[in-house]
Amino acid sequence: MKPTLTLGPVLFNWPAERWRDFYARIADEAPVDAVVVGEIVCSKRAPFLAPVMDEVIARLAAAGKEVWLASPILVGSDRERAAMRDLVESDLLPVEANDMGALALLEGRRHAVGPFINSYNEATLAWLAGRGAVAVSLPAELPAAAVAVMAKTGAALGLSMEVQVFGRAPLAISARCYHARAHALHKDGCQFVCANDPDGMPVSTVDGQPFLSVNGTQTLSHGYLALAAEIDRLRAMGIRRFRLSPQDLDMVAVARAFRAVLDGERSGQDVMAELRGMTAVPLENGFFHNMAGAAYADAPAA
Amino acid sequence: MGSFELICPAGNPAALRAAVDAGADAVYLGFRDETNARNFPGLNFSRPELAEAIAYAHARSVQVFVAINTYPQAGNLAPWQRAVDDAARLKADAVILADLGLLAYAAEHHPDLRLHLSVQASAANAEAIRLYRDAFGVRRVVLPRVLTVPEIARLNAEVDVETEVFVFGGLCPMAEGRCSLSSYATGLSPNKQGVCSPASHVRYEPRGDALASRLGGFTINVFGAGEPAGYPTLCKGRFVPGGGTSADPAYLFEEPTSLNALALLPELKAAKVCALKIEGRQRGKAYIAAVVGAYRRALDAFERGLPVPALDLEAMVEGGAQTTGAYTRAWR
Repeated sequence: MKPTLTLGPVLFNWPAERWRDFYARIADEAPVDAVVVGEIVCSKRAPFLAPVMDEVIARLAAAGKEVWLASPILVGSDRERAAMRDLVESDLLPVEANDMGALALLEGRRHAVGPFINSYNEATLAWLAGRGAVAVSLPAELPAAAVAVMAKTGAALGLSMEVQVFGRAPLAISARCYHARAHALHKDGCQFVCANDPDGMPVSTVDGQPFLSVNGTQTLSHGYLALAAEIDRLRAMGIRRFRLSPQDLDMVAVARAFRAVLDGERSGQDVMAELRGMTAVPLENGFFHNMAGAAYADAPAA
Repeated sequence: MGSFELICPAGNPAALRAAVDAGADAVYLGFRDETNARNFPGLNFSRPELAEAIAYAHARSVQVFVAINTYPQAGNLAPWQRAVDDAARLKADAVILADLGLLAYAAEHHPDLRLHLSVQASAANAEAIRLYRDAFGVRRVVLPRVLTVPEIARLNAEVDVETEVFVFGGLCPMAEGRCSLSSYATGLSPNKQGVCSPASHVRYEPRGDALASRLGGFTINVFGAGEPAGYPTLCKGRFVPGGGTSADPAYLFEEPTSLNALALLPELKAAKVCALKIEGRQRGKAYIAAVVGAYRRALDAFERGLPVPALDLEAMVEGGAQTTGAYTRAWR
């Protein structure tokens, strides 16, 4: 089966025009098969994207991309609940659930389970498959041994199993906005300061060591998770979908590089070298190798 | 709506007796392994200790809840399933679970066992809570610390499931069960191993008059001469937002502080919250006795309509600071 290259949702607060233009270029130039769109981090940002959402979806669909709508990560307030219900009830496109509330509303419909729902073991996969999930994206912190079990079980259950292979690892979500807090603002009067940081706000330790990246209420890794050199191993396990999480760099080039590895045209090591030339941000794969997520392990050949 | 239930932590048999004797309505605890979210060295209960704990508590009309609230490891479900089986066999009053697969197992194999949804499942909306009720028969949900009291009130108006909220102790600023910060720095995670900022990865490093606290490969805080040095819990450290270096690093996520929602008792009652939970399974029996006793006195006064006595818990709170956390909107 041909592996699927998925582009996950843009997590950062990009201006609507930039967001639209990004997806136009993805539609025209990026060899990705599936694109997941939507504002999943902060419900306050969603209205900015609404005016261009239909255009983006139409453009991606016209380019032959499989388009999914992602549901928000943290759904507590009335505003967040309304957004979640609207998304599911619109019934325009299949939904990737990122909260159990969305999963509840999706019963009986074809849906995917996103990486923000805790799918840590085969018993959970069986339950999700029994409710009609067709694809499950695994949490970033799963090590290879767990991914292997999940891939095997998922295949037996008819699930299309996905692993994030590029982009900052999502680490936490909060009711509190750390972007606002860092600017001595309150979430309710945040002035959308997260828009100043299209790739997240760098957070270093008191020693000046880069550590984390803040994206409003979300905390991400500083380094880019990069599993190009592990792709052959992931495929051998039975992983069928490979997710790229958009960052503020040439994502078309990133997609082409990963596609070339999936097509057997380039080695993972070669692509890792190219990625290192594209960014000063360190590449990390520690989670997969059962180490601290921030670590990097030279991947042995599959 | 009856009185609030007071739910208290126990990290060992002595703490359990202290909590029961100080007036807990229920005590929650875990087995001594990775199946619970407070898997610290020297803590928690063996099977015989649980049996004794249940006997001691039940003789005094106090309930015992067993937290089995980490996410079972792929390919190795047996320790978690055995924990549920043993809790049921030993007549625990409820098990507190987070994982979907384990909830399905418990509902299928132990239909009479009362299921509570752990805060680690991060169920913050009515749709999610109804799903856990309908799919597994969950009777109570421990709410994640992401909701304001008005949001909790609206939620309780919509769902017919009991809700339990944290009122005192350590404060997670992140949505519980959805945080891999510790895993990112150390390789050990709350969801997988039941540890956050594990002591095995903590180092203290003298720097002249100052003291640095490190977790894994990262400096989490530097304390000046005479400044009390706290534990390097990752989200309670000082960092430099914006990157680079700064002479004035900030508590970006949260200050070292403890949750204390005592002042919100009337609002929580009006919101139809059923149970109030004290955090601190890693605490000693003196702490448990002091905090549980103080809360017992406060709740007894509150339920009788008397003025709630001021609690002298200054010595019990982290960094000497208290907050009502996400319950009030200003925290956000």
